Amino acid sequence: MFAYYLQLGLRSLRRNPALTALMVIAIGFGVAASMTTYAVFRAVSGDPIPWKSDQLFVPQIDSWGPAQGRQAGDLPDALSYTDAMALMRAHVGHRQTAIYPVGLSLIPPGQTAKPIAAHGYATYTDFFSMFDVPFQYGSSWPVSDDTGRGNAVVITRKLNQRLFGGADSVGKVINLDGSDYRVSGVIRDWNPKPRFFDVANGSGFGGEADFYMPFTRAIDLQIGTGGNNNCTKVAAAGWDGWLHSSCVWIAYWVELPTAAAVTRYRNYLKGYAADQRKSGRFDWTPAVRLSDVPQWLNLQHVVPPETRVSMLISLGFLVVCLVNTIGLLLAKFMRRAPEIGVRRALGASRREIYKQFLLEAAAVGLVGGVLGLLLTGVGMLGVGLVFEADVARLAHMNLSLVMLTVLVAVVATLLAALYPTWRAASVQPAWQLKSN
Amino acid sequence: MAIRSTEIRPILASLRKHRIPALLIVLEIALACAVLCNAVFMISQRVSDIQLPSAIDQQGLVTVSLRGTDDKLVGSDIPRNLAALRGIAGVQQAAVTTSLPLSHNNWGWSFGVSPDSAVANRKNINVSLYFLGEGGGKALGLHVLQGRFFNADEFAGSKFDTAALPETHVVVMTRTAASRFWPGQSALGKTIYSKPFYYTVVGVVDDVLRPNVYTQNTSKSYDAIYFPMSAAGSKGAFSYYILRGAPKDRDRIMREAEQKLAELNPGAVAKGKIYMDIRNDYFADMRSMAWMLVLVCAVMLAVTAFGIVGLTSFWVGQRRRQIGIRRAVGATRGQILGYFRTENFLLSTAGVLIGMLLAFGINLYLMQHYEMSRMPWYYLPAGAVTLWLLGQLAVLGPALRAASVPPVEATRSV
Repeated sequence: MFAYYLQLGLRSLRRNPALTALMVIAIGFGVAASMTTYAVFRAVSGDPIPWKSDQLFVPQIDSWGPAQGRQAGDLPDALSYTDAMALMRAHVGHRQTAIYPVGLSLIPPGQTAKPIAAHGYATYTDFFSMFDVPFQYGSSWPVSDDTGRGNAVVITRKLNQRLFGGADSVGKVINLDGSDYRVSGVIRDWNPKPRFFDVANGSGFGGEADFYMPFTRAIDLQIGTGGNNNCTKVAAAGWDGWLHSSCVWIAYWVELPTAAAVTRYRNYLKGYAADQRKSGRFDWTPAVRLSDVPQWLNLQHVVPPETRVSMLISLGFLVVCLVNTIGLLLAKFMRRAPEIGVRRALGASRREIYKQFLLEAAAVGLVGGVLGLLLTGVGMLGVGLVFEADVARLAHMNLSLVMLTVLVAVVATLLAALYPTWRAASVQPAWQLKSN
Repeated sequence: MAIRSTEIRPILASLRKHRIPALLIVLEIALACAVLCNAVFMISQRVSDIQLPSAIDQQGLVTVSLRGTDDKLVGSDIPRNLAALRGIAGVQQAAVTTSLPLSHNNWGWSFGVSPDSAVANRKNINVSLYFLGEGGGKALGLHVLQGRFFNADEFAGSKFDTAALPETHVVVMTRTAASRFWPGQSALGKTIYSKPFYYTVVGVVDDVLRPNVYTQNTSKSYDAIYFPMSAAGSKGAFSYYILRGAPKDRDRIMREAEQKLAELNPGAVAKGKIYMDIRNDYFADMRSMAWMLVLVCAVMLAVTAFGIVGLTSFWVGQRRRQIGIRRAVGATRGQILGYFRTENFLLSTAGVLIGMLLAFGINLYLMQHYEMSRMPWYYLPAGAVTLWLLGQLAVLGPALRAASVPPVEATRSV
């Protein structure tokens, strides 16, 4: 019976190619537009570390106080050096790291080579295990390099390729801004999008970093931040003046694997804030906040509002296409009222009519889905052409998007077919036969 | 199109019989109208953001950043580098600056107009700071509207000591910043404060954008002020060499400048960029979003038109016999054509009325949840007219086919 209905459906689609083509085009375009914007949306709003995003937290402390005329709940988006070091020393979380971006010039080995601008991060060794950074060679530096301000460095596969031709370079030495560093590990391609651990600097969609070095070493060498530095007061003179100012410039992350650990950390933060007031550092009790990865990305407005709005607009477009399809299917099915009358008179039940027409609609949806897939592919190419910035690299076709496109097309068409099919099934056979 | 009331009654009667298809057309037009109005409004906002004017010589500017130099030697390095850069053919001006409009490289500070204004004062006005080396005004192509730009002594005397603000007492600001500090008054000779620093306005320049702009509140995007800065006192704060030349020379100037700076500063990294590329990069995502919306709108209008064509064709097909009868009893082709066009006009009118309401509602929702601004009223009638025209255009094909039904059709059975 199934094969027979399919045959009937195909025959009917062929009988009026113009109407069929219209339906297929409507569904194809609707689905393609929605899927393309969805892909962009997914690219910018995706969870960069889904298996762990509820265990990684950012603490915030209102070290600026109420004088700034900022709204309540608007805490500085980074920590001051004083607070970051206090949190590091307390070591209350399972793992923790302070992070800040650095830009150095790298002198490649060999006399003639020109220096390269290298971007990296100053972190603690926990960084790599917290964020599950995959290593190709070696490992992160030992804790002794954190405490002892060691000259270790972890470089990325890309930089390793450039400097050492991709060979195992653990133990080799590289020169950054005139200081030597011993390579302790090489990491595989790893560049989570958005770069959740450093969204405060730039949009969070930049290219991969080149190296990671011990935070304590960077501070020792007085390497300033390559990212944002926000101050509310004029800092005292010199490097130490800056370190001990209220300027905020350090990203801080802590790993808290259990709900109990989260509670404990939250209490610790509140206690720390209260202590700061008691000790006279602040004349207000600083508000504190602890956000996990999704909350943090939301707080930092990583997803541009335009992206969300254009996603809504594309959804609206899909609805227009659906309404269109309902109309066209209705026209198509009602045109066959006499045929339905005959079938019903010959003994087909309403159920059978339902089956036949829904199958026909599903066929339209399937073809529309395939067309939508092609158009989505074209749309992705278009995204690649127009989004020259980093977003485009993320929005790409993959299996889940392909399946989703076809699924949306078929389901949408079936939904659209419900009313026309109901109308078709409620055709009165007697009336149809009489009028003929 | 002449609509006679005698024609409308039979149309309404027939629509009442085909209630659902008629409703579908109305709904489709309404949705299309609502989405169109909002999408076009978003596009226009993006376009006006992308075209924000900035009174510097954007077309002729070339920038080169130099990283990895020794901050202690900048006092002698910068003049030497600038001298070499001025030797490149086609370079009219060369200077150094800490930041550029739309470069994302923002130095923000807030100032007040009373002597006791500290930086954290909530009445202060937040501005972006640009520090220029000697000749910077000419190299950027700033237009001085009132007063003057800095003189050689002011450039030479300005330096960073221990704070983020310079040891100088003169400042130049944009027209917008001046009117924000002193609305309705001339800014010349007045002073801005951030305890213990104070600066007197010696000149006002035409509006230049900040390193980051505010897309919702564009007037804030021009709150920028300029300080003079000496090479020796800059402590490495100068991030960009800027060169001005004819737009046709800019690619060559950029390559030669990059090469020259790399030769003069072994161990440092020189990276050149045409200023227009900095500006285009800043707005790249916005531009893509606008294009995507244009595409969605175009395709949506096409789909709506096809939907109207499809449903009207179905109606025409169903009523061939009735049309034949009307023709047989004396209706002209024009009258048949008019019938379908009037029918479409009535449906479109209902559709756009609902659509305008819907568009307004969607805009309110977006304002509440997505920081959109209010859509000007004229978008609504404009969207309505577009869909009216689209409907008339779409109905033309099927209506012409209906008009060509011969009267003899009346005598045939279905």
